[in-house]
Amino acid sequence: MVEPSQANTDAHWRATTRLMFTHLGIWLFFGYIIHMFVVPLNKIVIPVLGFPLGFYMAAQGSLIVFVVMLFLFAKQQNRIDREYGMAEED
Amino acid sequence: MATQTSTAASDAFYKQLGRMYGTYTGGFVAFIVLLGILEQIGVPNKILGYLFVFFTLAVYAIIGIATRTAQVSEYYVAGRRVPAFYNGMATGADWMSAASFVGMAGSLFLLGYDGLAWVLGWTGGFVLVSILVGPYLRKFGAYTVPDFLSFRYGGNFARFLGVIVLVCCSFTYVTAQIYGTGLIASRFLGMQFEIAVFAGLVGILLCAMLGGMRAVTWTQIAQYIVLIVAYLVPIIILSTQRYGIPIPELTYGAAIQEITAREQQLVKEGLAVLCTQQACPTGTLRPHIQPFMNYTPLNFFGIIFCMMVGTASLPHILMRYFTTPSVKEARDSVAWSLLFIFLLYFSAPAYAAFSKLEVYTNIIGRDLTTIRPWLFNWGELGLIQICGKNAASLQAVLDACKAIAGHPGVLRFQDFVINTDVIVLSTPEIAGLPYVISGLVAAGGLAAALSTADGLLLAIANALSHDIYYKMIQPLPEQRRHIVQGTVVAAIVLIVLWFLDQPFWFGIALRWWVLLSIAIPAGVVAFFWGSATEVGKRLIIARVLLFYVALCSAALAATKPSDILAMVGWAFSLAMAGNFPALTLGIWWKRTTTAGAIAGIIAGWGLCLFYLVTSRYFPQAGVTYFGMSSLLNPETGQALVNVSQVLADPKWLADVPASAANPLANKVGWFDLNNINCGLLGMPLGFLVIYVVSLMTKEPSKEMQAFIDEIRKPRGRTVLEEKV
Repeated sequence: MVEPSQANTDAHWRATTRLMFTHLGIWLFFGYIIHMFVVPLNKIVIPVLGFPLGFYMAAQGSLIVFVVMLFLFAKQQNRIDREYGMAEED
Repeated sequence: MATQTSTAASDAFYKQLGRMYGTYTGGFVAFIVLLGILEQIGVPNKILGYLFVFFTLAVYAIIGIATRTAQVSEYYVAGRRVPAFYNGMATGADWMSAASFVGMAGSLFLLGYDGLAWVLGWTGGFVLVSILVGPYLRKFGAYTVPDFLSFRYGGNFARFLGVIVLVCCSFTYVTAQIYGTGLIASRFLGMQFEIAVFAGLVGILLCAMLGGMRAVTWTQIAQYIVLIVAYLVPIIILSTQRYGIPIPELTYGAAIQEITAREQQLVKEGLAVLCTQQACPTGTLRPHIQPFMNYTPLNFFGIIFCMMVGTASLPHILMRYFTTPSVKEARDSVAWSLLFIFLLYFSAPAYAAFSKLEVYTNIIGRDLTTIRPWLFNWGELGLIQICGKNAASLQAVLDACKAIAGHPGVLRFQDFVINTDVIVLSTPEIAGLPYVISGLVAAGGLAAALSTADGLLLAIANALSHDIYYKMIQPLPEQRRHIVQGTVVAAIVLIVLWFLDQPFWFGIALRWWVLLSIAIPAGVVAFFWGSATEVGKRLIIARVLLFYVALCSAALAATKPSDILAMVGWAFSLAMAGNFPALTLGIWWKRTTTAGAIAGIIAGWGLCLFYLVTSRYFPQAGVTYFGMSSLLNPETGQALVNVSQVLADPKWLADVPASAANPLANKVGWFDLNNINCGLLGMPLGFLVIYVVSLMTKEPSKEMQAFIDEIRKPRGRTVLEEKV
């Protein structure tokens, strides 16, 4: 096992940080920004189900995004770790 | 190694987890069916209720005892061997408290759209746990959150601050859970409140005391299964009855449309007064889907933010991710946790919608003589009031409404008052289901309260035994150690005596309580201490402290303190202001120094606590000395209270801290900020102070920077290696 160089360590951390900010951005959008437009969104009604869209986003839409996002994040971060030789041995 | 054989045995144990919990779930379903049959052949409801409670408690206790342990790492972090999927379930149970299970749907019923702030806030925080904090703490290899603070920020002072923040936000929270067990069992099964609290206490102790984290983990998984089945079954049946599709989360859209139509109809018929920007007194109708009727946008988004960031700062949640086998699994585990939590949270609005539709169509607007009889059961308990009186029977309702001059004989919106706890608990009756389903819901609520209490109790007791005793007292020179030990014992005795002085007895005389609270731990210590190894002594201390913390919170819960449920919300803000800046900057910014972190914790947490305590308990002083002013009504934008008028009243001239009747309490503040959102003040200040002070002090050492690099990589050994 070769000790990873400082340059490699820094590159790994840069990639990790980038991923962190990407997901933080999505989180900010679905946690807050979209709900600021609840009044106009409520004018749209989801066909068949009958939910007003603004209400639906807060009750279910954002939650689904969070769940999917977390599985995605775990996968992406794992890929980064492996790419830079930082993953745990299996 | 002597542990070789036990490792082989436990490997087999981990392989069989799926089969074991599968069998368990099957057994639970069979048990429900059996009770259903018993009900059909005429066994009384009360017996069924007791069977539910005691059977489930017994199962949790058996799991707790079967997984007892004598290893330190098993006791504190379940040996770091819990697979991601199962840890997700355990976290789900750890997370979802009595407030989520019983209270959430009720808040949504009452607040409509604005209640969704809680749904969003209590789910989105896991994103922060996964990307900012959890996996890094797992790599660090701590037993407790203060462990990390101590290592990163140069020793025991930071550790001590961490313990204070932890105990402050966890103790009230655990008390609320034990209170919740009493509430559910007494309302639902007609048990005496104090007996229910006591039964809950025994259940918690049996689970947590012998096996620590290991036992709590396996019990929480069992509790998750019970609570999710109990939450989903009634609402799925109701959805199938009404709309023919067993997915309530899809069908309640139609219910919301019906509610909106019905709201307009009620207003048109003069049965309800619409809340408008000109006038919005209590008793006016606030449309279900209309936002910002109950919270101003600032407070709505403030609640979301505080609950989310609070999630990523609460020690009892973070420590669940210390138990996974790897950093990768810690991340997977956060995703599983949120999925399991999501199952309950995205169903809660369906409960609210179906209940509201039932109330708006079958109760309000109906002729008094034809209202649905299910509500009388709850009226008897004082949880539903019609025309200002408990709706105990049809006659009581008729009499109460007749006393109101000019009452039309048709139930109006303003006549009807419902306690929000009823929403989940009454759904089986609304759907016309047999009592066994109601018993199931009660068992689920108990599971939710107990599992959260287990996790919190363990967090507190671990901080006391590991951080305070093992890390701070044990290493002292012998003479000073004895002094400290003596003081601690004296303090415990005093605290216990103080709690025992409260007016609660569970119907048992004082002397038995004193005897119990001193004799049990003393007996345990005396029996095991002499032959115990160093490790054994450590675990004995941990268990004795756990016992005392549990006893104190049960005693406090039995006094039914009025603020207890509000305090759960406060815990999030306090955790956020105290922990979040120091934890995230400690990982993400190498330049963070010891002095900066300590100053930041004190400043941020201090400001949050100050804002809470002042606006709740000393609002007069807040207005007079600290420039606070009245909060505003979200709909009309006018002040909630006339501050100068209250201050002119000699009765309210001075602060009356304990009085809930103080007209200013919780109604004053800065920037129109509700005090539950005090983290919104404390956290930014914490970040700012850490940033400024860190830049003013010397950069952390090379070793510390190398250590930070180390926790950022999943690969390699944990940074902190505890001897087992």
